[in-house]
Amino acid sequence: MIRLRYFASLRERLGVDEESLALPPGVADVATLRSALRERGGAWAEALAETRPVLCAVNQAMARPGDAVADGDEVAFFPPVTGG
Amino acid sequence: MDEVRVQQEPFDAAAEIAALRAGNPRIGAVVSFLGLMRDLNEGEPVATMTLEHYPGMTERSLEAIVAEARARWDLEGVRVVHRVGTLRPEEPIVLVAVASRHRGEAFRACEFVIDWLKTRAPFWKKETTATGDRWVAHRAADAEAEARWGIDPRP
Repeated sequence: MIRLRYFASLRERLGVDEESLALPPGVADVATLRSALRERGGAWAEALAETRPVLCAVNQAMARPGDAVADGDEVAFFPPVTGG
Repeated sequence: MDEVRVQQEPFDAAAEIAALRAGNPRIGAVVSFLGLMRDLNEGEPVATMTLEHYPGMTERSLEAIVAEARARWDLEGVRVVHRVGTLRPEEPIVLVAVASRHRGEAFRACEFVIDWLKTRAPFWKKETTATGDRWVAHRAADAEAEARWGIDPRP
């Protein structure tokens, strides 16, 4: 299982702030995980579309699309940050 | 001593700076940046702002930014305090204070820390206006400000 978290406008669009998910077959990194979530369709396909500037963190560190995702990880998706 | 804090409560910038430099006679300069909430954004009056963050990752990312500043400049102390929750115009949002022996390093490191914070620390602002709530859009100028400090292996 992985723990998925969503923040800010992305959380609102998806209507969920966190969930546990069995790692889907074929998902090994951030890009394939994002693609698997898009396949849920609807708001998921739209909010996580490749053209959207969505950032990802794995275990609370900023991650690139090619970074590995493994069982037990905490993975978060969120929009570009606007603090300060 | 370095310190990073994320908190709901308002902070006292003068007290934070006093704590940063207390008991360290090597410090010859303190440079601070205070980010404030404005009552106007993109041409529309803003009544309140709510700051959301990613607890845990926020503190880790701020600590990583401070560590990077320390790797680049010879510093005596760095303090970052960032508020979350609901804020009103004129209220401080963030304080970055940097102490060093001479002013040059404190000036540069302070600007570096706020520039990196703006593009790397997981905070998000939502504004309440007369026409409803809206998420603040990421500013291209922030990415340009970050880029001035050089390339770093991040997406």
